[in-house]
This record gives sequence, structure tokens and C-alpha cells, in this order.
Amino acid sequence: MEYIIIIIAAIFVNNIVLSKFLGICPFIGVSGKVETSLGMAGAVMFVMTIATLVTYLIQTYVLDALGIGFMQTITFILVIASLVQLVEIILKKVSPSLYAALGIFLPLITTNCAVLGVAILAVQQDMNLMQSVVFAIANSIGFGLALVLFAGLREHMDLADIPKSFRGVPIAFVVAGLLAMAFMGFAGIV
Amino acid sequence: MNQIKNFTKGFIKENPVFALFLGLCPTLGVTTSAINGIAMGLATTFVLLMSNIVVSLIKNFIPDKVRIPSFIVIIASFVTIVQLTMQAYVPSLFDALGLFIPLIVVNCVVLGRAEAFASKNSLWSSAVDGTGMGLGFTFALGLLGAVREILGSGSIFNYKFIEGDGMLIFILSPGAFLALGYLIVIVNKLGKKGS
Repeated sequence: MEYIIIIIAAIFVNNIVLSKFLGICPFIGVSGKVETSLGMAGAVMFVMTIATLVTYLIQTYVLDALGIGFMQTITFILVIASLVQLVEIILKKVSPSLYAALGIFLPLITTNCAVLGVAILAVQQDMNLMQSVVFAIANSIGFGLALVLFAGLREHMDLADIPKSFRGVPIAFVVAGLLAMAFMGFAGIV
Repeated sequence: MNQIKNFTKGFIKENPVFALFLGLCPTLGVTTSAINGIAMGLATTFVLLMSNIVVSLIKNFIPDKVRIPSFIVIIASFVTIVQLTMQAYVPSLFDALGLFIPLIVVNCVVLGRAEAFASKNSLWSSAVDGTGMGLGFTFALGLLGAVREILGSGSIFNYKFIEGDGMLIFILSPGAFLALGYLIVIVNKLGKKGS
């Protein structure tokens, strides 16, 4: 039950993109087509889950154990950056087809604040190992959901007659605002 | 390079938020009031200035291949300094900005300037660029914060000028997206007329 609450809360109620404002850059940048946004969502899910698992272990067994919690930011970002590199190298060797699909998105993930944000949030909320992993998976699903929904909307926007000044990014923000408003309907269900 | 131009380009023409669309997460996340926006902007400015200075000082010693990780370590160190200082001296602000303080590390503006400007230019130019870009970012966050605060809670800099609540939606998440979308249009329109 506890896990179901974490999952529903992360995907719908506190959606990472539309309500916590993490990962806006890929949300605005890579969401032109449904296909590319599915690729991005897959890559993020992969990295976010592993990153949260690893940073949890480091926080518990290294930073807390040695009492150097102030090194959190610097350690986490380095772990995530090297993890992304590692995942890229392994994927290239083990599954070239998956690498071809996710390839271009992987380097972008290092600067995706959603990954670091979820890792820090899991630590801040005193979650245990299992909860952190579930939290990471649920958040990445939430990220994917927002990204794919938004990409679908944007594909239709290409055909619409939009005032000249609004074309491109501004209209994307307005539509994102409406989407966020729709997600507000989920508030209070958990 | 003309230093005045170098300094002022961050405000409208190459404004990180309105023109380059960088650093959008903190832009949307913390701007529930003008004060929060400006505080976040100044924290970012400090990190941007210091990392630009350090990067431009050691640019000749860093091997090209490990350039990005080195920049990230430099930036993360300054973010940690900001984080600990704010926690000690302005705890209420630290709580209000919350998660977004450590997330300055992954703010594309900071890494972007280190990579695109400081790693190629002299110390003095990089410092001017860092300050200009940082203040441009602060300006954008302050402006968005002010708009959202006026519309959402009917106050400005915590000074209340109407009774009761404003349009609450502007304090909540949808308002952030809407307000930024319209602000980008207005600023770009004005910017084009000016130049």
C-alpha cells in the first residue's frame, strides 16, 4: 500500500515536471515528436533508477558513515556524470540496438536536473532503499508521461495557426501551463 | 571586446531565460515571489562569477578530454559554499528555495558559460561575462517573481496592496508556465524594437 501511494503521488499528484519543475529543459527541448520523447523517457528511467540506487548507497554507507554530509552535492553530481558515461559505454557493447535508440539522449541526461533532484529528494525524505528505488521509477514514469503527452500536443500545434510572436517556445509554455492545470485535478487524491 | 557590451548582453539580447531558454527549472520553481526570484538569481550570479573566474584561470592546465567533469567539480564546490552559507545566515530563504539551491550545479546557464565563454576568454572578460549573465538571470527571475506575486497574492516584495487573495493560480504551478510564456513574448517583442 505504501508503495502504491508513493507511485500515485509521484506520477500524478506531484508530477516531477508539471508540479515540481524538474527536467524542464528536455521537456521543452526534446518534446517535438512522440518518438524522440519516448526515447528520452526510456533513457531517463534507466539512469534515474540506477542513479538513485547508487546515490542512496553512497549517502548511507559513505557520507553519513563518515559524517561528511556537506559533500552531498559534489558527490552526487560526479556519481551521476560518471554513471551516465558508464551506462553509455556498457550499452554500446552489450546492446547496440538499444544504444542506437537512446544514444543521443544519454549525454543530455547529466544536466537533467530531474535525475539529481530525485536523488536528493529521496535522501531528504528519509526513504529506505526499496522506497527510494520505487520513488525513482515512479518519478521517471511521471517524467515520461508528461513528456509524451506534451509531445503529442506539440505535434498538433505544428498544424495550428499560432500568432507569430508566440511560435516556438512561448506557445509551448502556455500549453504546458494548461497541461499543469489539468494535472492539478489530481491534487488531494493521496 | 567591448566590456560594456559584454556586460549588458545578458539582460535582453542574450538573456539566459528569455532568449536562450537556459536554467528554466529554477526559473519556474522558485519564482512564487519577487524576493525568492531575486535571491535565487543572486545565488546563481555568485556561482557563475566565481566559476567563470576559476575556469578562465586554469583553462590552460585542464586537458581537453576531462574539461566538462572538471568544470562540474568547480561549479559544485561553489554551490556547496553558497548552500552552507545560506543555511547558516538566511535559513528562511534557504527553506523557501529548498531543492533548487543544490540544483544550481545542473543549471545549464552556469556550465554553458564556463564552456562557451570562460574556457576561451581572459580572466577579466570572463568575470564581466559571468556578472552580466548572472544579473540578467536575476532580472528575469525577479521580473517573473514580481508578475506572479502581483497577480497571485496581490502584493509586491511582501507589501500587500489588495485585500484577501489574488488569483491563486499564478502562485501554483500552471501560473508559472503561463506567466513565463507571456513574458517571453513581451520581452522579445520589446527587445526587437530596441535593437
